[in-house]
Amino acid sequence: MEDTGIGLWGVPLAIFAGAIRVSTPFIFVSLGETITERSGRINLGLEGTLVFGAMTAYAVAVMTGSPTLGVLAAMATGAMFGTIHGWICKWPKVNDIAIGIAMMQFGLGLAFFLGKSFIQPVAPKLPSIPLGGWSAVPQVQAALNINVLFFIGAALALFLFWAFKNTRIGLILRVVGDSTDAARAMGISPDRVRLLATAAGGSLAAIGGAYLSLYYPGSWNEGISSGQGLMAVALVIFARWNPIGCFLAALLFGGAGALGPALQSVGVTQGYYLFYAAPYVLTLIILIATSSPTRSLAGAPGALSLTK
Amino acid sequence: MTVEANDPGLSIATGSGASLRPVLEWLARRAEPVAIGLVAILIGLALFSLFILAIGKSPVTLFQLMYTGGFASWFSIQNSLSRAAPLLLTALCVALPARLGLVIIGAEGAVVLGGVAAAASAMPFVGVVPPIVLFIFMGFAAMVVGGIWIGFAGFLRHYRGVNETISSLLLAYIAIALMNQFVEGLLRDPASLNKPSTKPLPKEYMLGQIPGMDVHWGLVIGVVACILSWVLIEITSFGFAARIAGGNVRAAQIQGLPVGKLIVGFTAIAGGFAGLAGMIEVAAVQGSANASLAAGYGYTGILVAFLARHNPLAIIPVAILLGGIAASGGLIQRRMGLPDATVLVLQGTLFIVILFCETFYGRFKIFNPDLWKRSL
Repeated sequence: MEDTGIGLWGVPLAIFAGAIRVSTPFIFVSLGETITERSGRINLGLEGTLVFGAMTAYAVAVMTGSPTLGVLAAMATGAMFGTIHGWICKWPKVNDIAIGIAMMQFGLGLAFFLGKSFIQPVAPKLPSIPLGGWSAVPQVQAALNINVLFFIGAALALFLFWAFKNTRIGLILRVVGDSTDAARAMGISPDRVRLLATAAGGSLAAIGGAYLSLYYPGSWNEGISSGQGLMAVALVIFARWNPIGCFLAALLFGGAGALGPALQSVGVTQGYYLFYAAPYVLTLIILIATSSPTRSLAGAPGALSLTK
Repeated sequence: MTVEANDPGLSIATGSGASLRPVLEWLARRAEPVAIGLVAILIGLALFSLFILAIGKSPVTLFQLMYTGGFASWFSIQNSLSRAAPLLLTALCVALPARLGLVIIGAEGAVVLGGVAAAASAMPFVGVVPPIVLFIFMGFAAMVVGGIWIGFAGFLRHYRGVNETISSLLLAYIAIALMNQFVEGLLRDPASLNKPSTKPLPKEYMLGQIPGMDVHWGLVIGVVACILSWVLIEITSFGFAARIAGGNVRAAQIQGLPVGKLIVGFTAIAGGFAGLAGMIEVAAVQGSANASLAAGYGYTGILVAFLARHNPLAIIPVAILLGGIAASGGLIQRRMGLPDATVLVLQGTLFIVILFCETFYGRFKIFNPDLWKRSL
């Protein structure tokens, strides 16, 4: 916001615009993690999936010229990472949290390895929808230039909220997540359901990555993610495994993340780095406020190791 | 699986008398993690070789370079040992809480803040006190700050029920932001233009090399820390109580063990060690606190700890092995034209395979101590 024509109003506007822009990856990763955790498993490796998705999307978009193909390719790789996680975790004595950490390191390493040659070229960006035509103020127009993926994410949150309650698949997922034994008694294979749920979660997380590399900030480099994949896991707990809650929490996180750049744009440079820590501090405060040492979290899937 | 062949007890077993039984039982118990660990590393290396083949390079050349760069000469061994030093300490930051069943992955935060604390605490005393006293001040400050940082994650776990894996990682991100804030603001040396840093330590106040070696004293500190941790866990009653609480929290509470104090205490000690790694980076390598403190030692330490199955003594060889792999990264990059992330891919592959191989524990009769009791 170089133009100071709207003065301090630029701050809330930038936070609003930032909330929408920054939140989109959070929406996808947290929805993906919700699906996985609802099945009773936790995938901490989504950070690696996200970064690998960002790299794949960027590379495919550079090579084919189509950002849509980039997103689809990212989804495929995300599903692959999820499948690996799901397959390994079905073996006895394997800890899903530890495997997640390993998958995160593996995903990051592989993304940096394969993505080395794509740091230079410029990929076509994902399209956005200009909704700010009614305003004459350029800042407002810029703020309302909203990416398609944001709307898809919002729709997906609504759909998942409905689907968890009202579809057969949603019911199966919840049964598996709440009690492995009950699922077995119903003739459902918990391992298979969890594998599919982790694969679905991975492919959604990769969309979040594709958004990072193809729209905002819109380039591929090794520092593309600032821990969105991990914060999304905390965000799911905060949202109590509720997809609509995830969407709203993602907006809140996006706003917190936009605080630093917004204040900087109006000339507040003191404590610049501290504002960058705002989303992490916010996540931690929310976790502290909503957790309890004596009772398990409301709405938590019964078979989830995270809350035991 | 061919793990049976690795078991040294097999050949002695046939003709030996009763006095060998305890030895065989002990061997069977100890051989299991070693054998499964080695097989896991072999599988990991095989998978990694396939990956290298798939991108059209020779895995044989790569492993040769890895050996050359990490272990072939005295020069490369010293390089590996230097790189292993911080890993010893960050691995302890994972391994000690693991004895209580906690998965702490935020050692990086304690490293960077430990480094900042060490640099800040050194400032008023440079030129005033002798170097050895200064090192004690720096080490103390780093351990306190690191201890508070990771101890806080332990505190939140026990008293608020916050998942320690996530909170420790969030704290690591917050720590890096704090470090940047300090290094670019309050503690910045105006002379550091391109890379904001604290005021560099004068040469005579740097933690020097071990006599006769080109390896700094950090290695000795790390090895001593590992031995002390082993004593703490295996011999003291504090460690015994921690192992009970790690096995079954309810049982420990019924026994009247102070589970909360154990958790906070162990996480604080763990964080203290990681903080010390930051102090060593400042006092022995960088000379000042700057963004290079966040070099990923905290994250590689997680891998070291899991590879060593959270045994402090096993951490020593594993850290040296991974230090060697890291040391060969540059050579691989130059000679084979592979990106520096090659080492990361190898580490990630090994990590996944090793965790997967946990599933083989208890599946092979040969490692069952009871078998040796009964059959003889």
